[in-house]
Amino acid sequence: MKVGNQTYLLDNNVYIQSAYSLAGPYEAKGNFREYYDAVMEDDEWKCKSHEMAEIQMQRFVIGECLSRVNVNPMDCDALMGGDLINQIVPTSFSARDFRTPFMGLYNACATFGEALAIGSTLVNGDFEKVVCCTSSHYATAERQYRYPLELGTQPTPESQWTVTGSGAVLLSKKPGDYPMVKGYTIGRVIDFGLSDPNNMGGAMAPAASNTIISHFRDTGRSPDYYDMIITGDLGRFGRETLHYLCKKEGYDLDNLNDCGSLVYSDKQKPGQGGSGAGCCSLVFAAYLYKKLLDKSLKKILFVPTGAMLSKDSALQGESIPGIAHAVIIERED
Amino acid sequence: MEDKQYIDYVHTHAQKSSHITTLIWAFAVGGLICCVGQAFSDIFSAVLPNWEESKIAALVSMTMIFLGSFLTAIGVYDKIGVHAGGGSIVPITGFANSVVSPAMEFNKEGIVLGMMAKMFVVAGPIIVAGTVSSVLTGLIYWIVGLF
Repeated sequence: MKVGNQTYLLDNNVYIQSAYSLAGPYEAKGNFREYYDAVMEDDEWKCKSHEMAEIQMQRFVIGECLSRVNVNPMDCDALMGGDLINQIVPTSFSARDFRTPFMGLYNACATFGEALAIGSTLVNGDFEKVVCCTSSHYATAERQYRYPLELGTQPTPESQWTVTGSGAVLLSKKPGDYPMVKGYTIGRVIDFGLSDPNNMGGAMAPAASNTIISHFRDTGRSPDYYDMIITGDLGRFGRETLHYLCKKEGYDLDNLNDCGSLVYSDKQKPGQGGSGAGCCSLVFAAYLYKKLLDKSLKKILFVPTGAMLSKDSALQGESIPGIAHAVIIERED
Repeated sequence: MEDKQYIDYVHTHAQKSSHITTLIWAFAVGGLICCVGQAFSDIFSAVLPNWEESKIAALVSMTMIFLGSFLTAIGVYDKIGVHAGGGSIVPITGFANSVVSPAMEFNKEGIVLGMMAKMFVVAGPIIVAGTVSSVLTGLIYWIVGLF
């Protein structure tokens, strides 16, 4: 059911039946270390390249997510997801090992939000089971967007660290004591003209504020309807900026959090925090899902955020458009 | 909020690098690299007293390039660079690092189209700028010499 301009509330129950998270070695020392389902002992994970490792990560996470609830990949109606690498190779290549109909998605780091929105719509309709998975890898992202790994550059204070990790969820019609996707607000691409690729939090914050404010206007809800509003990878500066932008519009987000700001511990200090398509899916599958299961969280607004730049667009002097999708995740009782 | 206002907001509120810390680090590490180079120069001059100064200088450069490449290969140079910034980029060891790091990175795409083709993606602009400026300088000298 469409509400307002860009929000859809699902009529049927779409359960998140299973979730699985895999964290890289650096992430495993971060704030959520006790929550990860599996941890990689090193970045290459016995593969011949970091790209192969990312493929293997998705394959592993999807396999474990399904086997946890004894679901055969062939019984799933669709597998969807994405990543940050050229032509979403990690996702597409991992999908060749599953005999599941596949849809590749790309919304930069907001891909997991896009996957949850499309997947839940399909399950709200005729689909029985849909798997959503995204990943990112520090080494593959560095090569794609920045410099060779061994180049001795100095990160700027606003920069973020791409999370090595992957998270998958199984959306299903099967009733149970699981959290549910209740609806979503699809974000618009927003560009306020920032062009510094080292400050993606600043570039994405306007998109996040636009989506979140549209969500409240569409639904008539106030921020305190949710136990937590959690964005994808704005980083500390981006989160503060989002708070400021929403406050200017009259929405005081006291319960605002950000996966990227939380994923690393204070001791690790990688700039403003984590980023990447795997950042929010990892934190969701590892931490938020478990908190929803044990009922310490009941209603969350999960807002994966993405910066839609490429290395070439940045070199050509283009500004960085941002996007954010807000997904309503609630549990009954 | 206007775009312009927002950009101003971000520029005033974003965290800036601490100039003092980065300067001290760059000065200390850059200076240390130069001291190592000078030490090699002194050692080579003492060991090879018959060699001309220009040959000793070439030998020192080669030694420093080797050290920069070696530290890159064993994954140390990038860790120095995180703190030292310009201090480890500017000396010749930094130039070695900028050639060896893409060679390592793109080795996975093959020797010819990976490593050899992409070895100069970082250092290429420096080589072009160096060549062009040396040609221009030569031209200026030549023209000045005519009068």
